[in-house]
Amino acid sequence: MNSYAIRVIYKYEMLRAWETLAQSFASPVISTALYFVVFGSAIGSRIQHIEGVPYGLFIVPGLMMLALLTQSIANASFGIFFPRFTGTIYELLSAPVSFVEILIGYVGAAASKSFIIGLIILATAGFFVPLQIAHPVWMLTFLLLTCISFSLFGFIIGLWATNFEKLQLIPMLVITPLVFLGGSFYSVNMLPPAWQTVSLFNPVVYLISGFRWSFFEVADVDVGLSLAMVLGFLGLCLAVVWWMFRTGYRLKQ
Amino acid sequence: MTAIISISNLSKTYANGYQALKNVSLDIQSGEILALLGPNGAGKTTLISIVCGIVNATGGKVTVAGRDIVQDYRLTRSLIGLVPQELTLGAFDRVWNTLCFSRGLFGKKPDRAYLEQVLRDLSLWDKKDSMLMALSGGMKRRVLIGKALAHEPRILFLDEPTAGVDVELRKDMWALVRQLQASGVTIILTTHYIEEAEAIADRVGVINHGELLLVDDKQALMHKLGKRQLLIEIETPLAEMPAALADRPLELSADGRTLIYTYDPHRPQTGIDELLQALRDAGLTIKDVLSTKTSLEEIFVNLVQAKP
Ligand SMILES: Nc1ncnc2c1ncn2[C@@H]1O[C@H](COP(=O)(O)OP(=O)(O)OP(=O)(O)O)[C@@H](O)[C@H]1O
Ligand SMILES: [Mg+2]
Repeated sequence: MNSYAIRVIYKYEMLRAWETLAQSFASPVISTALYFVVFGSAIGSRIQHIEGVPYGLFIVPGLMMLALLTQSIANASFGIFFPRFTGTIYELLSAPVSFVEILIGYVGAAASKSFIIGLIILATAGFFVPLQIAHPVWMLTFLLLTCISFSLFGFIIGLWATNFEKLQLIPMLVITPLVFLGGSFYSVNMLPPAWQTVSLFNPVVYLISGFRWSFFEVADVDVGLSLAMVLGFLGLCLAVVWWMFRTGYRLKQ
Repeated sequence: MTAIISISNLSKTYANGYQALKNVSLDIQSGEILALLGPNGAGKTTLISIVCGIVNATGGKVTVAGRDIVQDYRLTRSLIGLVPQELTLGAFDRVWNTLCFSRGLFGKKPDRAYLEQVLRDLSLWDKKDSMLMALSGGMKRRVLIGKALAHEPRILFLDEPTAGVDVELRKDMWALVRQLQASGVTIILTTHYIEEAEAIADRVGVINHGELLLVDDKQALMHKLGKRQLLIEIETPLAEMPAALADRPLELSADGRTLIYTYDPHRPQTGIDELLQALRDAGLTIKDVLSTKTSLEEIFVNLVQAKP
């Protein structure tokens, strides 16, 4: 195991976030604050309670998920895409590192960043609503699993993308709609039955539901099912990455 | 001397079907400077990229220090440093950070003193905190060399190290290469410039259209292929070659003032003595005599042109 390599890749990626501090950490905080003002205060004052939870509080897990997913994907995909784009990837390919080490470095850093962002958002939310977390351990578990699996997913996109447009494509066209329609700001139970069924095909529903359960013990779907979905997605991403590395996909001629 | 790199029957066909390397075999001796000479698209970068692990070969085998580059990649790659042809550097990194990164990536524990020495040798120490994008092209190339040396490699690949580099820096680069050789590093460099190969290489390999046309000791190569010419200036211009001299390897210059005699200086008999006698017998008065030797350049041009 080339632990020095993992360390420098991880450090390099974290340093990149640090140098663009405003972009990395401040923007999720600001957008979260805006969501609170718009959804929590303006709309929340009319909706009041969903399944016994005040609306302002109810949206906290969804808001966190929204940021986690977009940040994990953006960080991880950019992290590996950029060296490919500039050509500095040559160094990674010529170094005595295994693909597993590359993966741990890049995905580890991206997941760490979004984990920190998740906690910052949680803290920001604490300024607007009195927080309550029923199962902190589960909450952190969901948080961590989400960060890792979506960073992996971002890494895949970063390898697959051949230009900047493609890099933005999946997050914009797939992830953002899925998160918005995945019950970030409402309970799926509030939808007409037909749409409830449709929602069940949206994997993000399971993610948000499980995460919300760890806060308030209210869920749209069974929490076990949520966990299984997250783990399943993680497994799927690992399989795809493994295949990519086996074949040298988009890395080696 | 033992071969530190052994390449046998190496072939590469790119995904688009282009065959960039055709059955290349080559042994590189420990401690030597080998220059790979070849025109654009010859396959130099492809060859280097395979040995370094950036491109997968489609056939053949490469060993470094006796170990296979695919099975034992950790060992073989840790011995190799690569300075790529293109100036590929992350724009937002700083000189010092990027060297630390390279060293770590190759599995070496941090060593400030060593990296400082590398930067000083490259006259980059005062730039250690500069952003890479704020450096000139020549500085960037030196940073790339620094990155390649950061993990104390035993073998250094320099892919066109002096492309776009001014004369002074080129001399510095050559001095650095010699200094590295003196410290025991094996160096393989590619170049379009014959004078570069002539100036610093111990051996020269000529590659064209994916084939290694020859590899030989630089001296031996010039010895083997280097013909000499004797330019004999005569007193009265000639309209045509005198019949008595017609069967000799002689040419007459356009102005009729100079006879050009081509000979092999390594033959026991060069025929010069005989020729001069024949000239006098033909009634010619010799005004001046000049001997020239062919450079590696001419050898190279002959080789490359000989193959379609
Ligand atoms: N990724 C690739 N896909 C397809 N063909 C390639 C690829 N890379 C190189 N080639 C082709 O392989 C041949 C050899 O290229 P290579 O870069 O090895 O040449 P070179 O000797 O380094 O040339 P130069 O002196 O211009 O750097 C060229 O014809 C090139 O077009
Ligand atoms: Mg080249």
